[in-house]
Amino acid sequence: MSPALYLLSSGLHDTVQDGGRLGYRHLGIPPSGALDAIGHRLANALVGNPSQEAVLEILRLGPRMVVEAQSVRLAVVGPIRLTLTQDGSRRGLAPGRSYTLRRGDELALGAVAGASCAYLAVAGGFALSPVLGSLSTYVRAGIGPLGGRALAEGDRLPLKRDTAPSGAECELPCLPDYGAGPIRVMAGPQRERFTETAWRTLLSEAYGVGGQSDRMGLRLNGARLEHVGKADIVSDGLVAGSIQVPGDGLPIVLLADHQTVGGYAKIATVITADLPRLGRAMPGDVLHFSAVGRQEALDARHGQERMVTELVQGLVPVREGGIDLEALYGAPLVSGMVNALDPDGAEPLP
Amino acid sequence: MIPLLLEAGDGAFTIQFGDGIDAAVNACVNALARMVDDARRAGRFACIRDLVPTFRSLLVVIDPLAEDAAGIREAVMALAERARETDGVGGRSRRWVVPVCYDPELGPDLEGCATQLGLTPQALAAAHAEAEYGVYMLGFMPGFAYMGGLPSRLHLPRRATPRTLVPAGSVAVAESLCAIYPWDSPGGWHLLGRTPVPLFSLDADRPSLLAPGDRVRFRPMTRREFDAARADPLLARAEEAAGG
Repeated sequence: MSPALYLLSSGLHDTVQDGGRLGYRHLGIPPSGALDAIGHRLANALVGNPSQEAVLEILRLGPRMVVEAQSVRLAVVGPIRLTLTQDGSRRGLAPGRSYTLRRGDELALGAVAGASCAYLAVAGGFALSPVLGSLSTYVRAGIGPLGGRALAEGDRLPLKRDTAPSGAECELPCLPDYGAGPIRVMAGPQRERFTETAWRTLLSEAYGVGGQSDRMGLRLNGARLEHVGKADIVSDGLVAGSIQVPGDGLPIVLLADHQTVGGYAKIATVITADLPRLGRAMPGDVLHFSAVGRQEALDARHGQERMVTELVQGLVPVREGGIDLEALYGAPLVSGMVNALDPDGAEPLP
Repeated sequence: MIPLLLEAGDGAFTIQFGDGIDAAVNACVNALARMVDDARRAGRFACIRDLVPTFRSLLVVIDPLAEDAAGIREAVMALAERARETDGVGGRSRRWVVPVCYDPELGPDLEGCATQLGLTPQALAAAHAEAEYGVYMLGFMPGFAYMGGLPSRLHLPRRATPRTLVPAGSVAVAESLCAIYPWDSPGGWHLLGRTPVPLFSLDADRPSLLAPGDRVRFRPMTRREFDAARADPLLARAEEAAGG
């Protein structure tokens, strides 16, 4: 039997994702890829994979799976509950570190709490064939591995390795800092299609993430933004982070599965350093926005790269009975992470 | 057509040649896309990750951390200044002849549109097939090509009520544009006929039959030919015209 992870049950929306599908946007094919690029990279780093290797993205609630390989090293990054059933006994596992599981071990990935998504990486990666140059899944058009769909009960995620690599398990030295405070945006590309009041409103009001949000974008509820003239423009290109405003005045922030072109005016664009935070936002979260210039956006992105690089270079071998990351995830130790429901930051994210 | 640089965050920017749907504007867009593409093939512009040509602008997606990202806006703007001197068609763009069956069953709006335009259905089909169309951009869904070149006497506003299901292969018009639906999907355009040619596949070399800058003509086919092509994929092909 070829090595695999067999799904005993699926989560809400588990998809294989990598760094995204590049080079096809001119044909109307969106980039897709991991909503949280930081979580994606850290999960890979923990199992010794190249940073852009494909992982399993878990939205809100994860699957239950059994190991069909001699052994597999895996790691999950993100605020998710993990339960391992091994030789008939159960125990909790911690996100943010690697484990080596054996044939027959059962891993239950439970609810994701405090962010929308978590990432499961396996050492060596999944034995899947790229579709249009990528292992990212775009469910709307069925583009990607496994027929381009979300995983279902009974699926086998094939593994490249039948045995885990040797070497000690690793853990993150600390949790990643996704940044705090308002989501930073740059004005444009159609800022002039909005009133001065609309611009000030975007930068001062609170916006709630609506329930219809998905990998395509976040629908926001809050103060309406007024256009100068019509909301419609002759379609132009979109990116993840584009804030488009249809005629009803309620902004939609686009994410990885965004359409490539759109006919609504876009008041602003979220800077790339804040896209992982945006990807982690959940229905019910409250977002604030602030405006920055290009240099500030670049500085933020460079700072984030340094943060991720330091975490990857600072991976530490696990001392069993040492740092309890499970406790760490539950404790209010980490600065810079604010529950968007509580912008004062009194409530820490798990 | 003075190109304008519009900011789209630190990871992208847009070069806009106009704000309407216009063949000359779109020719500049496609010319610039081709110039940027050529530069990338020659090893320049390493920071560019993707290009999205549209009716009237080119979106350039970059890696803001790449070494050459700092000067990329100016470099692409310099090319844009020259784009209007070149022909947007040509290069790697192709000419296609796509067979279409204008059977009222396959084009349920043919008769209604003909009435609105004061034509017979046969005359509408003939006028639609006689024109040559240019692919302005793809979007809405993978492989969906917005094409200009619809004769002005065939222009109609889109349907007041969109259909919840437009079958894949439907050849449709709205306002000044023509399109072929690559997938079953909702849609508000008028359906004049249907092609048996697949518009999209997962072939990495050419997932979409049509690409920006391509030219398209329609060849009327009989219902019998359409049904035969539906039964035999080898018959359901677009022909590539010479001199593309």
